[in-house]
Amino acid sequence: MQQIDFSLVDWSRAQFALTAMYHWIFVPLTLGLSFILAIMESIYVKTGNPEWKKITKFWMNLFGINFAIGVATGIILEFEFGTNWSNYSWFVGDIFGAPLAIEGIMAFFMESTFIAIMFFGWNKVSKKAHLTATWLTAIGSNLSGLWILVANAWMQNPVGMEFNPDTARNEMHNFLDVLFNPVAMNKFLHTITSGYLLASIFVVGVSAWFLLKKREEQFAMKSIIVASVFGILAAVYTIFSGDESARVVAKHQPMKFASMEALYDGQQNAPLVAIGFFGHPKAETPNEQEFAFKFEIPNMLSYLAFLDANAFVPGIRDLVHGNQERGIISYKEKIAKGKKAIDALAAYKNAKKAKKEQDAADALKIFKENFEYFGYGYYFGKDPHMLLPNVKISFYAFHTMVLLGGFFLVLLMYIYFLARNNKLQDKKWLLWTALWTIPLVYLAQQAGWVVAEVGRQPWVIQDLMPNIAAVSQIDTYSVQITFFLFLVVFTALLIAEIKIMLTTVRKGPEITENSTKK
Amino acid sequence: MFENLSFLSLQQYWWFLIAVLGALLVFLLFVQGGQTLIYKLGKTEIERTMLVNSLGRKWEITFTTLVTFGGAFFASFPLFYSTSFGGAYWVWMIILFAFILQAVSYEYRTKANNFLGTKTYETFLFINGAIGSIFLGTAVATFFTGSQFSVNKMNLVDLTSGNMPIISAWENPWHGLEAIWTTQNLAFMQNLSLGLAVFFLARVLALLYFMNNIDNEVIVNRAKIYLKRNALVFLVFFLFFVIRLMFINGFAYHADTHEVYMQAHKYFNNLIEMPLVLIIFLAGVVGVLYGIFINLFKNSNKGIWFSGAGTILTVLALFFLAGYNNTSYYPSTFDLQSSLTIENSSSSQYTLTVMSYVSLMIPFVAAYIWWAWKSMDKEAITEDEMQKDDHAY
Repeated sequence: MQQIDFSLVDWSRAQFALTAMYHWIFVPLTLGLSFILAIMESIYVKTGNPEWKKITKFWMNLFGINFAIGVATGIILEFEFGTNWSNYSWFVGDIFGAPLAIEGIMAFFMESTFIAIMFFGWNKVSKKAHLTATWLTAIGSNLSGLWILVANAWMQNPVGMEFNPDTARNEMHNFLDVLFNPVAMNKFLHTITSGYLLASIFVVGVSAWFLLKKREEQFAMKSIIVASVFGILAAVYTIFSGDESARVVAKHQPMKFASMEALYDGQQNAPLVAIGFFGHPKAETPNEQEFAFKFEIPNMLSYLAFLDANAFVPGIRDLVHGNQERGIISYKEKIAKGKKAIDALAAYKNAKKAKKEQDAADALKIFKENFEYFGYGYYFGKDPHMLLPNVKISFYAFHTMVLLGGFFLVLLMYIYFLARNNKLQDKKWLLWTALWTIPLVYLAQQAGWVVAEVGRQPWVIQDLMPNIAAVSQIDTYSVQITFFLFLVVFTALLIAEIKIMLTTVRKGPEITENSTKK
Repeated sequence: MFENLSFLSLQQYWWFLIAVLGALLVFLLFVQGGQTLIYKLGKTEIERTMLVNSLGRKWEITFTTLVTFGGAFFASFPLFYSTSFGGAYWVWMIILFAFILQAVSYEYRTKANNFLGTKTYETFLFINGAIGSIFLGTAVATFFTGSQFSVNKMNLVDLTSGNMPIISAWENPWHGLEAIWTTQNLAFMQNLSLGLAVFFLARVLALLYFMNNIDNEVIVNRAKIYLKRNALVFLVFFLFFVIRLMFINGFAYHADTHEVYMQAHKYFNNLIEMPLVLIIFLAGVVGVLYGIFINLFKNSNKGIWFSGAGTILTVLALFFLAGYNNTSYYPSTFDLQSSLTIENSSSSQYTLTVMSYVSLMIPFVAAYIWWAWKSMDKEAITEDEMQKDDHAY
C-alpha cells in the first residue's frame, strides 16, 4: 500500500482540470450555436427564403468543426472519474453514476443520431423532418448538459443520499432531490445560458468581420439580428442566474464565497470589492495578500449573499478558526469530529465482524452524530490551512467573469440597436470590438469554471470527501505521462480546429457550400 | 413495477442491460474495422471518400454506445468502474486516446488548412480501428481470465498508517497491460485471442456493411476478397478462445456465503446449466457464419443483417456466461475473495430501481436510431452523391 502522495493528487487534479478546460472551450459553442441554427432553419422553413438556408448551412459547418472535438474531450472526462478518481467512483458511484448513464441514454444518443440527419439529410428527408432533427440535436446537446451539471452540482451540495456503513459508501435515497438540487437547477441555467451568450457573441463577432470586409453584408446583418436578440436574452438570464448562484454558494459553500471576494475577516454590512488588485503578502494566513487597490460598493456583499444589507458574511479566518459569537465551529473541531466519524465507522465494521451488535450500535450512533464532517477527518494531524482554496485565483476568476458578463450585455444591446436602425456598418470601431470580444467570451467561460472548481477545493464532495481520499492509486509518473499526452493531443487538435474555422470563415457562406469536400 | 423485483433480480436485469450495450458496441465496432480497411479497399481518392463517408454517418453511434456503456457500468456496478478503470489505468487510457483521435478525424480529414494533413487523419482512423477493437476485446477477455487487484473497504477508515485510503488497488505496476503477457494459466493467449477475434470480426462486419452500403462494383469485389481472408482468421481466433474457454477453470461463488472459488469447466457448466444461453450462443454463431456465407457464395449483400444480429447474440451469451449462474464477472487472481460479482459490486436497490425506469427509454431510443438510419441509407452511397454532398467528409 502506498503512502498518500500529494504530487499524485496534484497531477491528477491537473489532468482533470486540463481535460475539463479544453472540453469547455468547445461545449458552450455547441450548446448555443445548436439553438441559433435551429432558429435560423425555422425561419428558412417558414419563409422559404433560400438566403436563410445558406446562412444556416454556413453556421452549421462551423458547428460541425467544433462539435467533433467537444465530443472527443467529453469522453475522457467521463472515464477519468474512474481512471483517476477511483475511490470517489466507489464512495458515491451509487448516486453519481446515475446522471452520467441517463445522459448517455436520454441525451447523447438523441444528439448523435439527429446530428447525422442535420448534416447529411438535406436531400434525404423532408424539410420539416430536417428541421425537427436540428431542433432535436439542440435539445439533445442541452439535455446532455443538464445531466452533467446535475452530477457536478451534487458534488458541490450532496443531497438525496445517506451513508450506508455496511457498504462503506453513500447511497441514493431520493432521486428527485438529486435532480432538483437547488445548486443543480441554478448551475444548469447559469451554465447553458452562458453558453448561449458565447455562441451569440461568436456569431456576432464573425459577422462583424464580414461587415468590416464589406462581404456578404446581407448574410452578416441577418446573422447579427438573430444572434444579438438571442444573446441579449441569454445575457440577462446569465446575470440573474449568476446573482442567484452567489446566494446558493454563500449558503452551501461559505469558504468558496469568502475566497471569491478574498474576504478574510467576516463582517456585517460587508462591502463588495467590485475591482481589486493584490499587493504585498500578509503573514496572518498562508498565501494571504493585501489589496494594493480596491474599489468597494458598501453593504453590497451582504446583500448579494443574503438579500440583507446588514447580514454577517463569514470570512476565511472565521471559517478556519471558528467564530463562537456567530456559531461557526473551527476547522480543528471539524477535523476532530471527522476523525471521530471515521474511527466510529472502523469500530462499527470491526464490531459487526465480531458479531458484537451492541458495540456496533454504539459505534454507529457516534458515526451518525459526526458524519457531517466525515471528510475533514482525513486532515487529522495536518495543518487546517491545507483546506483553503487558492484565494487569489478564485478572486480574479470571479471578477473577470462578472465584469465581462456585464460588458457583453451592453455590447449586444448596442449592436442590436444599431443593426435595427441600419447604422451598424458605419461603426468600424464597434465591429472591431465585436470581433475581439470573441476571445474575451471564451475567457469569461473559463473563469466561470475556475471559480466553481478552484473555489471548492479541496472537496471532491463538499465536506464528505477531499481529493486526497478520492484519488486512484497510480504511479505519479503514469499520470504525468498521460497529462502531457493529453496536452499535446488537445493542443494539436485545437490548433487544427482554429485553422479550419478561420479558413472556413474566410471562404464565406457562398463558397463554403461547395468547398469543404475534396 | 421494478419496486417489486428482488435486489438480485435487479442486479441480474442490469447485468442483462450491460450485456446488451456490450453486444451492441461489439457489433458497432464495424466502424472501427472499416477504418482499418480504407486503404485496402480504396485505391483512389474518391473510393476512399466513399468508404470514409459510409462509416462517417455511423461513427457517432459507436462512440455514444461506448460512452453509455461506461455510464451504465458506473451507475449499476460502481465497484467495477472504480476497480477496473482506476486499476487497469493504461489499458483504458490507450483505448481513450484512440477514441479522441477518431472523433475529429472524420470532420477534419478533408477540410482545407487542417493542420495535420489528410493522411494523418486517415492514420488516426486506422489507429482507432485497430487499437480500439483489439484492446476492448482483450479487456473483456479478462472477465474470464482475471486480473491482479485487491479490494478492501476498511482502507477507507485507516487514518493511522499514513497509507492511501484506497478501496481498490492494482497489485502490479503494469496497470492492465500485463493482460497480454500474463503466463499464469496461459491467460495471455486467452486474452489476445479474444482481442484479435474482435478485431477481425469488426473487419468482417465492416466488409459486409460496405457491400450493403456502397454502390460501387470495384469496392464490392475487393471487399469480397478481403471478406474470405478476414473471416478465416476471425474463425481461428474465435474458435481458439471459445474451445479453450470450455476447458479452463472458472471463477464461481457460493450463492449463500458469496465465497469465491475455482470451479473446473465453469463456463462449459454455465452453458449446460443455462440452456437458453446455449441456444443464444449457437444461434449467434450460426448467424455470423450465415451472413458471411450468403455474401460470399450467394451473391447477396444482406449478410450484415445476419452477421450483425449473430454478433449481438454471441456477445450477449458471452456476457451471460461471465456474470450469471453464480459466476464472478471480474475475477481477481491476486486475491480470490476480492473478485467482483454482480451481487457484491452493484449499486443499491433504490438506485437500480430508479435506473430501471430510465432503461424503459431504450426501446424508444433504438426506434429513432432505426428510423434515422433507414432515412439516411435509403439509397446506397455512390460516387455521384459524394461529389454533390456539401458536408461530405
